[in-house]
Amino acid sequence: MKFSTVMSPHLQPVNSVDRVMLQVLLALIPGIAAMTWFFGIGVLINIALAVIAALLAEASILGLRGRPISATLKDLSAVVTAVLLAISLPVIAPWWITVVGSLFAIVIAKHLYGGLGYNPFNPAMVGYVFLLVSFPMQMTAWLAPVELSSVALTEIDWLKLIFLEQLPDSVNFDAVTMATPLDSVRTQLGLGRSVPEIQTDSAFGFIAGKGWEWVAGGYLLGGLWLLWRKIIGWQIPIGLLLGLGLFASICYAIDSNQFALPSFHLLAGATMLGAFFIATDPVTAATSVNGRIIYGLLIGSLVYIIRVWGGYPDAMAFAVLLGNLTAPAIDYFTQPRVFGQKT
Amino acid sequence: MFSEYSKIVKDGLWLNNQAFVALLGLCPLLAVSNTVINGLGLGLATTMTLVFSNTIISLIRNFVPDEVRLPVFVLVIASVVTMIELAMNAWFFGLYKILGIFIPLIVTNCSIIGRAEAYASKQRADKAFLDGLSMGLGFTFALVTLGSLREVIGSGTLFTKAELMFGEAATTWQIDVITDYSGMLLAILPPGAFIGLGLLIALKNIIDTKIKQRKPAHIQIPIQAAQEQ
Repeated sequence: MKFSTVMSPHLQPVNSVDRVMLQVLLALIPGIAAMTWFFGIGVLINIALAVIAALLAEASILGLRGRPISATLKDLSAVVTAVLLAISLPVIAPWWITVVGSLFAIVIAKHLYGGLGYNPFNPAMVGYVFLLVSFPMQMTAWLAPVELSSVALTEIDWLKLIFLEQLPDSVNFDAVTMATPLDSVRTQLGLGRSVPEIQTDSAFGFIAGKGWEWVAGGYLLGGLWLLWRKIIGWQIPIGLLLGLGLFASICYAIDSNQFALPSFHLLAGATMLGAFFIATDPVTAATSVNGRIIYGLLIGSLVYIIRVWGGYPDAMAFAVLLGNLTAPAIDYFTQPRVFGQKT
Repeated sequence: MFSEYSKIVKDGLWLNNQAFVALLGLCPLLAVSNTVINGLGLGLATTMTLVFSNTIISLIRNFVPDEVRLPVFVLVIASVVTMIELAMNAWFFGLYKILGIFIPLIVTNCSIIGRAEAYASKQRADKAFLDGLSMGLGFTFALVTLGSLREVIGSGTLFTKAELMFGEAATTWQIDVITDYSGMLLAILPPGAFIGLGLLIALKNIIDTKIKQRKPAHIQIPIQAAQEQ
């Protein structure tokens, strides 16, 4: 009788790049669904455009670099980058914004540094910051959530809006767009109103903005599912939310007229998306256990600092890129000790 | 004799281009290359400085003790730059105002002291002159290329404000490469300069590789050399 001998390891690893990426995409569904419900189908058109552009860019640059094309395309990393970029964009962004952003993310931020696993910065956020810095006008035109908008756009209107930058004749641009909750807190504070006064405005819902809090809830749900599936560790999301929450609580305790509630900051803007999906990118984040907590705390506090005292209403992309920059140093100083080694 | 001079020119313009190969003088290169005219203006000012400083330093090279050569070089370069600054103030006032601090800062451009120390202080005046001219033109070439790249991508035009350099007749020189373009701010901001320079260096490396492939390197065979002896 013949026994087959198998070399160790006897337990096959269960996580491969494409499996992880697929689960991340699945976890994004509740958030995307909420966004579609409150802001219309523009986000789906953006996702489709970004994915197509990212896959074409990935295929052509892999060809240029003489790398195997189909194997890398199938690992879905470009799709995740494209989807994360697309859901960060304003839903009425013209088509070329989405396409140029995806190309920049894949070609400059990912492949010029050596492709998946070598990029020091999160490609989706590099693409987003590139667009925000280059095209501030298109990147700050946010749509009003459906319950506040008097205009109902049909599918044809959406396609016209995104591809031809045309609104229906009876509608003007200012009727469909609206400042985001974070943006209005910022500008209204500048006009001398206090935060409790501002939050009685129609754009604000139970905790954060109308619509926005549900989108954030969707991402929280997806993120918790990723935690449960052990796709991401708890350290970065908890660290990030803690950093932001602590900072916001201290400021709120000092002066509740000048600083918004911590719960507002946790559910407004890109906090939940960033905490669970963007900061946790395994390539660009810190890797040691303690390091990831520090990394999360750092990004969380940066988000708060930039939101309140910086030049932009939301700061997840900038905070994540700054965090990426510090990740190697954090890893260096938090390397776990080998057993028996002296401090 | 002729080949020596042609090598100097080739080195300056391409093989040892101060911006693309030596990566010297990056501060002005990145700071003022947002339009073609700015790039051309600063490039020509740098070229003038290089020509004069190289020639003067080569002429006085035998009288300068080795121990104090660097302060002397800096003094020479600073005097030349001051003269050029005053001349630009007199004749190209509009351009002078746009380039601002970057004209006096030519003094600190490392490629100028670099050429003085590495070349002019060891060579005859005619060679030093040619070296200054070709290094300067190479630098100007880099500035103009980067400037046109950033101007086209950043604001969709070329040769905007050409009248600052070429007089009133040049007011109509502006070319709208992309009409009805709202601009891409990143290309005009400093990060655009870094990304653009990186892409241009990559392009130069591609061209160099293509040239090398087309013309296999001449290898001297030792046996033949031995037989000839």
